[in-house]
Amino acid sequence: MSPRLLSAFALTVAFAAAVIATPVHAERLIVSVSNHRVTVTPNYSGEELVLFGSVEKDATAPTSHNNYDLVVTVMGPRADMVTRRKERKFGIWINTDYREFLQVPTYLALFSNRPFDAIASPEVERRQQLGLNNVLLTQRVGTDYADVVPNDAFRSAFVRLRSEHGLYREETSAVTFLTPTLFRTGIPLPAEVPIGTYTVEIKLFSEGALITRTETAFDIVKVGFEQFVATSARQDGLLYGAFTAFMALMTGWMASIVFRKD
Amino acid sequence: MQLYLPIADIPVNIFLLLAMGAAVGFVSGMFGIGGGFLMTPLLIFIGIAPAVAVASVASHIAASSFSGAISYWRRRAIDPTLALVLLSGGTIGTALGVWTFTLLRALGQLDLMIALSYVVLLTTVGGLMFWEGLRSMLRIRRGIAVPLRRSGSHGWIHGLPLKLRFKRSKIYLSVIPVIAVGLIIGFIGAIMGIGGGFILIPIMIYFLRVPTSTVIGTSMVLTLVTMTFATLLHAATNHLVDAVLALILMIGGVTGAQFGARAGQKIRGEHLRLLLGLLILAVGIRFAVELVIRPDDLFTIREAGGAA
Repeated sequence: MSPRLLSAFALTVAFAAAVIATPVHAERLIVSVSNHRVTVTPNYSGEELVLFGSVEKDATAPTSHNNYDLVVTVMGPRADMVTRRKERKFGIWINTDYREFLQVPTYLALFSNRPFDAIASPEVERRQQLGLNNVLLTQRVGTDYADVVPNDAFRSAFVRLRSEHGLYREETSAVTFLTPTLFRTGIPLPAEVPIGTYTVEIKLFSEGALITRTETAFDIVKVGFEQFVATSARQDGLLYGAFTAFMALMTGWMASIVFRKD
Repeated sequence: MQLYLPIADIPVNIFLLLAMGAAVGFVSGMFGIGGGFLMTPLLIFIGIAPAVAVASVASHIAASSFSGAISYWRRRAIDPTLALVLLSGGTIGTALGVWTFTLLRALGQLDLMIALSYVVLLTTVGGLMFWEGLRSMLRIRRGIAVPLRRSGSHGWIHGLPLKLRFKRSKIYLSVIPVIAVGLIIGFIGAIMGIGGGFILIPIMIYFLRVPTSTVIGTSMVLTLVTMTFATLLHAATNHLVDAVLALILMIGGVTGAQFGARAGQKIRGEHLRLLLGLLILAVGIRFAVELVIRPDDLFTIREAGGAA
């Protein structure tokens, strides 16, 4: 192969690569949350974070990309959960069947600017996990690990109960575009929000296809006396118990002094 | 004012808890009992996980029984020998109770067992107490004197070996039934979050024939030690004791108890027993109704290893 032919080939490859890469890099997402460290104090009763962002376009962005769609997925720390079902046995209602959900998010919120089925095809919805029905929630089914159909009794009960506590949510009108490229959304955090690291994934769609995505994160921490109590109860159970027992005896002793009748 | 409970993991109104502590304290002071059988259900009804309620109430009862035990000790109304023998059974019972509690929790049947124990125990004891109070009230109305300590009944208890002389109570009794009673009270106390005074006192009076002068003080010592021990074990094994919750309840409880004790002195004994019987019966029935009616939601979620 002559040097000229080689360079022509290299040029062609580079050009082809550029053509393929262009749609991916033409738009860039720049985002920020209003607070990267949320502190839960003893009188915490929930709050709302704000996520701001903009779509940065460079010259190579196709002009057809004017109507952007945005899906924001917020996931809290993961944990194993058990869902139990009550059944009537011997005239009373008792827990019989149960399912284990493995390493599922303790907090899960999905926000978008319009309904998911308007943003993308069912196939893309499933692949990109758009909507509570499409997010992967792994269950232990016998010896298998799998997610089940969205209308499975245990899965839907799990999602419903988490939603009732404001811990799972799906709002398809929560993302608002202030200008065609500037957007914002609120992230409501209820009072019983689990502590830990939260990931925020922002996906940009146009014409039913994913264009680009980015990630950010924030932490929820307990501070002060409350956090001290919670961690010592978990880490030094015996010492914590001894302290509580001592506190009880002191309270009882104080009462017997204060209210002594003779 | 909302306060976030670190272990129960929910925000509650601090004044609601104080009021509950005071109300239960009033009742417990009035009847001379710990009040755990009222406090644990109340906490469950306001939305605290049953496991956390049971574990936290243990320390609340420890506080109220300690202040009671001190004043009975001053009046020399505690039998130390009897208390020690009861305790030898009581501590074993408590350890067994906490172990069973942990096992049931892993099986997901703890809430059911707590509810069932409440139904069985409270309806039985409440019903008996109510009936007994009603009968003695009717007898008094008819002018018949009621002997508090019937003689001759339950003679088999006195035929048991290993007899010991309990000097302050002036009784001569086998240690076997005493240890057994301690064991049972310690066991159910650890599972149900009760001190057990409302069962222990009738048992000590009718079965062991402990005189009324030492019965309440001595039962308080058993409650004090088993509940302190239960607090320790629940904290060490299940991490479910909410110290903040317990402290608020204690403060309300010990204050309410003082006023309750004064009110109790103004009410006649059989009326008191009738009232207490009704109260215990009502809590038992409340649990029974809960079990029988179809729950609003058949599903529950629990974090594996978490509190709620």
